[in-house]
Amino acid sequence: MSDARSRPVTGHVPVLRLGDVLLVTLQGDLHDSTAQQLQQDLAETISRTGVRGVLIDISGVEIVDSFLGRVLAEIAAQAKLLAARTVVAGMRPAVAITLVELGLTLPGLSTALSTEAGMELLSQQAPVPRPGGPRQESA
Amino acid sequence: MHTAAGVEACLPIRSDMDLVWVRQHVRQAAARLGFGLVEQTKLITAASELARNTLVHGGGGQMEATHLSSGGAQGLRLAFTDKGPGIADLDRALTDGYTSGGGLGMGLSGARRLVHDFDIDSTPGHGTTVRVTCWVGRPPRPREEA
Repeated sequence: MSDARSRPVTGHVPVLRLGDVLLVTLQGDLHDSTAQQLQQDLAETISRTGVRGVLIDISGVEIVDSFLGRVLAEIAAQAKLLAARTVVAGMRPAVAITLVELGLTLPGLSTALSTEAGMELLSQQAPVPRPGGPRQESA
Repeated sequence: MHTAAGVEACLPIRSDMDLVWVRQHVRQAAARLGFGLVEQTKLITAASELARNTLVHGGGGQMEATHLSSGGAQGLRLAFTDKGPGIADLDRALTDGYTSGGGLGMGLSGARRLVHDFDIDSTPGHGTTVRVTCWVGRPPRPREEA
């Protein structure tokens, strides 16, 4: 039993800014309200900082159930509305197998096998095309 | 040598904090009984879905974990019981995508696919009990796709 699995995570998950990307590392067993708080914190931070990418490292997460799956999908959807792309990195193989069997394939999520690959993916991507056409950056 | 010590328990499900304890107990019990990593992950995920149903739809309840042993095979049975409103239409509740609670509608039907045996007993007005069982080393249940 590692420390991470015996210690439930409550409160706020730290959101780090690395240039144009927000980096979030999820670890251990996440409390439902912590996941919802993260969702809200990310929307506010994207909007405040104008970053173009969000990278969520879930390599330390042992299970993703339909609740956490929905939170991840909603984070990606709201980030897209706020002109940022989301990449979920480091999903464990057992988690991927379980999610598919559960019926949750999360088609809207971009994934990468590691944080590094996720950063690379975010740096390669062109800015998110907005539904209403390109955003006018200058007045 | 597997013993029931640390496997059998009865845990309350009254808050989302309790969901964390349920997952931790199932994780420890499954590891102790010798479940592989993928089996453990499936079982914990199923338990998380069912415990959340107990909390959200049943208004709270409990989970009882029981150690099963049959012909040398080790199994874990988890029973989730609530005294909530019950499920009026079980067939519909077990359909992918059907939701009454604002979720994705995968909880019950998805949890069923993650375990070997799934049994649900619900009386409208009196509550619901869902029992799931997993056996160490047994291949996943056969698909019953339409």
